[in-house]
Amino acid sequence: MLGGLAALIVSSPGWDEVKRTFFSWEHFKDSFPGILEAFWLDVRLFVVVEVIVLVLGLGVAIVRITGAPALFPLRMLAVVFTDVMRGVPVILVIYLIGFGVPALGIAPDWLTEDPVYLGGIALVLCYTAYVAEVYRAGLDSVHPSQRAAALAVGLTGMQAMRHVLVPQAVRRVLPPLLNDFISLQKDVALVAVLGVVEAFRQAQIDASRDFNYTPLVAAALLYIAVTIPLARILDRQQARARRRTGQVMSV
Amino acid sequence: MTGAPPVLEVRGVTKAYGEREVLRGIDMAVHEHQAIALIGASGSGKSTLLRCIDLLEEIDDGDILLDGEVVTDPSVQAVRVRRRLGLVFQAFNLFPHLSVLQNVCLAPMRAHGTTRREAEDHARELLAGVGLAGREADYPDRLSGGQQQRVAIARALATRPRALLLDEVTSALDPELVGEVLGLIRQLKDDGMTMVIATHEMGFARDVADEVCFLHRGVVLERGAPDRIFTAPERPETQGFLRRIIEGGRLEEGHAPS
Repeated sequence: MLGGLAALIVSSPGWDEVKRTFFSWEHFKDSFPGILEAFWLDVRLFVVVEVIVLVLGLGVAIVRITGAPALFPLRMLAVVFTDVMRGVPVILVIYLIGFGVPALGIAPDWLTEDPVYLGGIALVLCYTAYVAEVYRAGLDSVHPSQRAAALAVGLTGMQAMRHVLVPQAVRRVLPPLLNDFISLQKDVALVAVLGVVEAFRQAQIDASRDFNYTPLVAAALLYIAVTIPLARILDRQQARARRRTGQVMSV
Repeated sequence: MTGAPPVLEVRGVTKAYGEREVLRGIDMAVHEHQAIALIGASGSGKSTLLRCIDLLEEIDDGDILLDGEVVTDPSVQAVRVRRRLGLVFQAFNLFPHLSVLQNVCLAPMRAHGTTRREAEDHARELLAGVGLAGREADYPDRLSGGQQQRVAIARALATRPRALLLDEVTSALDPELVGEVLGLIRQLKDDGMTMVIATHEMGFARDVADEVCFLHRGVVLERGAPDRIFTAPERPETQGFLRRIIEGGRLEEGHAPS
């Protein structure tokens, strides 16, 4: 079927034109080094945002599932936060933070001078909400008797969370968690709307200069070069977890 | 029993879930090296009583004392009390993400500040004691139900508890695996462990317990020496309960009430 599709595309009347504008080796060679350099920014932004998201998301999830009455206001805040952030498109949040925060005139200069920071904050807000929901599903899936057993051996509530509930929850939600990783890795390109010259923006610049879209294909290859290994790591993790405990939550 | 207070004492404890009264005034005392068997139909309150003693459930009224100290007082930190008691669950509740050795070492290391080396040495000793030497690195799902329950008992013993609470620890086991767990509890009793044992195994209760308490609808309806309870129960409810157990084939004919 794939071969048939390829044959259809290659034999289409516009193929020669498409080949010239999207798959030109010359343009690829010229633009690739610059795009690769710009892509380094994507990678750094992705890693930093991801690490912050993993920590904050877990915090939000724990606040949401903890029953302590004292945490009620915090819990409500967490609910509103996740609802809003999951409901608004990422690109809109990036616009609002990227142009709204500097307009307030109260943010420090180092923050407003570099749109990468503001874009990063916007990504953190959105993905913290997504990841918190993933964690929460995992924590909900651990049977209450595990907490009872942890308390019975003398652990505190926090210790039970840290040593018994969270490790089990995280193992179960690794697949959906890694899905969000991959989404984030791609959505990093959205900070381009704030004028950040990362791989996609750089490719766009190259493309509009030469009226040739090959640089965009080059950028796409770079994103794929990161996301495919991530997917394979995920597969391996899952297989290992299945071998050992037989329990992995499916996506 | 002069001088020393009972290890565990339950005084007029009540507990309700909404409208449903599960415990309606329980009194009980467990002295050092004693084993008390709690018998009674499912839903009579045995499990709830054990969970209340371990402060996993809040009681509505009454007192629970551990070594003479009222531990149900709001000023007492529950976690400090739980560290002095061991509870073994019907469904084992081992931590599936941890190896057998890690299951046993977790509480000593995290709750009692024992060094890893010390905790592991003690754990290996306990695991050998429950017949599981050589299985330290296995994960719980690689073990049979009986083996898992023996790990759970080793885990409860790892914190050197003052008393062990056993909540129908053989009810989730295949019949052929019941014996190995009961044998282990008999051995603990011989070693002098203080225990409260909720059980449906009447022959076992008769052998091991110093006193049997028959729970019925949240009260101890009848209590006494095992021989008397099993041969000459006074209350019609106790007689009825034991008769149903015999008909269910869980008590050998020789132990039938007269």
